[in-house]
Parts: sequence; structure tokens; C-alpha cells
Amino acid sequence: MANNEMEAAIENTGKAQTTSAKTAGEVVIRLEHLKKSFGSKEVLKDINMELREGENLVVLGRSGTGKSVAIKCMVGMLAQDEGICNVFGQEVKTLSENDLKSLREKIGFLFQSGALYDSMTVRDNLAFPLTRVRKMKDNDEINTLVEEMLENVGLLDAIDKMPADLSGGMRKRIGLARTLIMKPQIMLYDEPTTGLDPITSKEISELILTMRKKYKTSSIIITHDIACAKITADRILVMNDGIFIAEGACNELEHSDDELVRSFFK
Amino acid sequence: MEQIKSPSWSKTFEEVGNQVSFMSGFIRNIFRTGFEWNELVRQCYMIGYNSFKLVGITGFILGFVMTLQSIPTMKVFGAVSFVPGMVSVSVIREIGPVIIALLCAGKVASGIGAELGSMKVTEQIDAMEVSGANPVQYLVVTRIIACTLMVPLLSVMADGLAICGGYFGSNISGHVTAVLYFNKAFHALAFGDLLPSVIKSVFFGFAIGFVGCYKGYNSNGGTESVGVAANSAVVSASLWIIVLDAVAVQLTSIFVYN
Ligand SMILES: Nc1ncnc2c1ncn2[C@@H]1O[C@H](COP(=O)(O)OP(=O)(O)OP(=O)(O)O)[C@@H](O)[C@H]1O
Ligand SMILES: [Mg+2]
Repeated sequence: MANNEMEAAIENTGKAQTTSAKTAGEVVIRLEHLKKSFGSKEVLKDINMELREGENLVVLGRSGTGKSVAIKCMVGMLAQDEGICNVFGQEVKTLSENDLKSLREKIGFLFQSGALYDSMTVRDNLAFPLTRVRKMKDNDEINTLVEEMLENVGLLDAIDKMPADLSGGMRKRIGLARTLIMKPQIMLYDEPTTGLDPITSKEISELILTMRKKYKTSSIIITHDIACAKITADRILVMNDGIFIAEGACNELEHSDDELVRSFFK
Repeated sequence: MEQIKSPSWSKTFEEVGNQVSFMSGFIRNIFRTGFEWNELVRQCYMIGYNSFKLVGITGFILGFVMTLQSIPTMKVFGAVSFVPGMVSVSVIREIGPVIIALLCAGKVASGIGAELGSMKVTEQIDAMEVSGANPVQYLVVTRIIACTLMVPLLSVMADGLAICGGYFGSNISGHVTAVLYFNKAFHALAFGDLLPSVIKSVFFGFAIGFVGCYKGYNSNGGTESVGVAANSAVVSASLWIIVLDAVAVQLTSIFVYN
């Protein structure tokens, strides 16, 4: 009974979200001439991109080109020096503390390292955003949600384990579950498959697709893993040295004129 | 000259500014809705109960050793009967709170610094923030308040055990009845001794929690910065304790003993 009500509520919010994003012209994230330096080091030089609703956008680029910095600007963890960073029609840099908090509730961020809270069990890790952000009080309701989400990532057995007892791939998947449990409208994946074996990588890539189908999220996926990009991407952007040098579908970029772009696909 | 000096000055001001804003973040988050009571209790347990043995043994031995050390000297003046009072006054007024606070700086501040430091380095704090939760409220407020509550309790407990240690010490060098000993010990004390000492400990506890959290929360870089955070938490907390003690002694001598 309570479950049905909740599902209905989630569906309703889902609908409301879809319509509000549509009125914003279906562009959920827009970066224009974004620049960011650390000291004298210019990391982002001129970043322009758009993320559309329901789209999986893959960002490729060598290590240290500023991919992580770019998505950190989108959630207000870093502030750009110049340019526009617009999420759901709001300029992130100028948001007040409360507005930023409610914006962040709509965005899921999967960290490169998984970033599980290592003093808590897997269950508490997943329950943390529910109790602290959604302010849910009912333990049964929380448990059902946690179990459902763990089942989605195929790790229901690990529910009472500590993060230290999990393998790297399991941690990534738990991290993914913890992010998705908030039913975000935008997912930002920072190298979801790096450091995993090809089979686990493939599982995670397919999980990303499944989750999009299930929760209708728009995603930015940062990766070096071309196999992951091929599975998940609707569109690929290639970043080098603080700017995007190429854009297109996977098979277009594979036969690009640019040596550097082609080299990613070898 | 100018060139060498200016960066270090601006660094100092930047550091002070960061501490002030960290402090204001702490204060704002105390009064925010959704106070983490469970986490506060857990931290009190971790900080208080886990330091209980260390602090207890130290307190007991402190009183014991002071008694044994002072009896021969006092004997020369035929003033052995003043030993219980002397020990209780010096432990409660000064030595107890300071030594216990320094111990807690070593045990608690380094622990907090290392824990928050490693959470920061492994992006756990960022993850909390990005999910829309409030890491300051969950991690910092609870730890600082727990330290502020627990350090005074621990030092009152250590003071009590020090007096017991003193009784034990005077029984080694000659028989004294418990009633006589404790009578002498407490007779020398006034309320004006205990209260300033507890207030002092509250500030020591706050300094320990604040410095530990600040250093941990603001560590950045690789794993080595966790060690740096723990280390500098102990150093600055100890320094703060000594400085606060000097101020407290001045204030009590003006307001209490006059
Ligand atoms: N907080 C920071 N302070 C100073 N420099 C930073 C900071 N964050 C990132 N940088 C610098 O910005 C550059 C880009 O970093 P970023 O983490 O975005 O790389 P990346 O493209 O994500 O690489 P990788 O694929 O290895 O994760 C690096 O040279 C890094 O040194
Ligand atoms: Mg990165």
C-alpha cells in the first residue's frame, strides 16, 4: 500500500520534472566559453557544450586535460573564472547556498574513486542520502528502496558489508547505487569503468544504459575506455588541452581526419 | 626583503580568514534543523569512552607520583599533613586539566584530523556535499561538540582518580586513614578551584575538536596530507591548550582569587 503510493509519487515527480525540462528547451546543461585556471595553470581554456534531456554524452580525453574539473563546475564544487555554466537554466556560480543544495539533489555524481563512506556499512551508505537529503524517516520504506537499488546493481548480498571488504568493481557499483537511489535527473559519471576488468566494465556500461532506460536520466560519462564509450554513447566529445577538439557519433570519430581523435579508437 | 615577506604574511592572513569562516560555518550549522543527535552520541562514545582508560590511568599515576615526590621534601619542614591538600589543589587547578587536554590532543585531535583528512582525500566529503547532504553538520559539528563535552568530563574524572592515587601514594610511605586523607584533600579545595578548571577544560576540548576538524577538513593532496593533517592537528591543538591555559590563569587570578 505504502509502496504503491510511493511509486505513484515518484512517477508524478518524474512527470513534473520531464515537463519542466522540456520548457527549458530540452537543454539541461549548457557551458559557454568556460574558463578555469589554478594559479598560473590554465586548465579549461574555452569549453562549449550542451547536454540534452535523455542523452548520454561521452567525454573522451587524455589524463589531466580537465575533464573532472569541467564536471565539478557543473555541481558548483569549483567556480569557473569566466564563461557560463548553466544547469536547468540556472547559473551555478551565482546560486545561493540553498538553491545550490536543491540543484545538487537533482544531479547524481559518481566519483572516480566511488567515494563510499568507509565508516558505514553498504546499507547505511545508501540510506545516508535518503535520510539526510530526502529526510525520510520510515525505516521500512528506506530498506525497501535500498534493497531495490542494490538488486539493480546486482549486489544485494553485500548489504551488510563494510566498504573496505569490497573489491574495486563492487565499490564502483555501490557508488553508482548510492547516486541513483536519489533518482537524479542528470548523472555525471567520472570514469565509471577505469581500473576494472573488461567483463566488469561491460557490466557497468550496460548498467548505465539500463539505468537510463529505467530512470530516464541525462548523463555525461567521462571515460578513457573506448569499449564503454561505444556501448553508452549517443554522442562523443573529445577534449584535449582544455578545449573540445571533436564532436560526433562513435563511427564518425573513428574515421576522423585528426590523428589524435583517431588514436583514441585504436 | 619585501618580496620574501609578503607571501608569508598573506598566507597567514589567508589561514586566519579560513579559520574564521570555518568557525562561522560551524556556528551556523549548530542551529540548522536536522541536528545529528545519533552521530553526536556516537562521537561522545568514541571520544570519551575510548580515552577513558588512558586518561584514568594517567590521572591516578599523576596523583600517586606527586604525593611520593613531595613527601620527602615536606617531611623536612614537618608539613607532611599538607601533602593531600597540596596535591589536590595543584592537580585540580592546573596540572590535571592541562595534562589531560594535552593527552586528548595527542589521541583525539590526531584521530579526528586523520579521519576527516582521509575522508577529504578519498572524496567522501565532496561526495556528501554533492549529494546535497551537509558534511559540516554531520562531521564537524558533532565532533567539536563531543570534544567540548567529553574533555571536561574526562579531566574531572582524572582529577578524582589523581586524589585516589595520592591516597595510595601516602599509604605506601606510611599509614593514613582514608577519612583523614580525603578530609585533608577536600578541605584545601574551594568551589572557586573546580569551576575555573572545568571552564578551562571546556575551552581545551573545543580547541581540540576545532583544530582536529579544521586540519582534517582542509587537507588536500595525496595520502601524505592525511599524515600532515593529523600531525599538525596535534601540534596546533597542544599550542592552543598552552596559550589558552596562560590566558585562563590570568583571568582566574583576576576574577576568582582576588
Ligand atoms: N583543486 C585543484 N587545485 C589545483 N589544480 C587542480 C585542482 N583540480 C585539478 N587540478 C589540475 O587540473 C588539471 C586537470 O585535472 P582533472 O582532474 O580535471 O583531469 P582529468 O582530465 O579528469 O584527468 P583524469 O582522466 O586523470 O582524471 C590537472 O593538471 C590538475 O593538476
Ligand atoms: Mg578525472
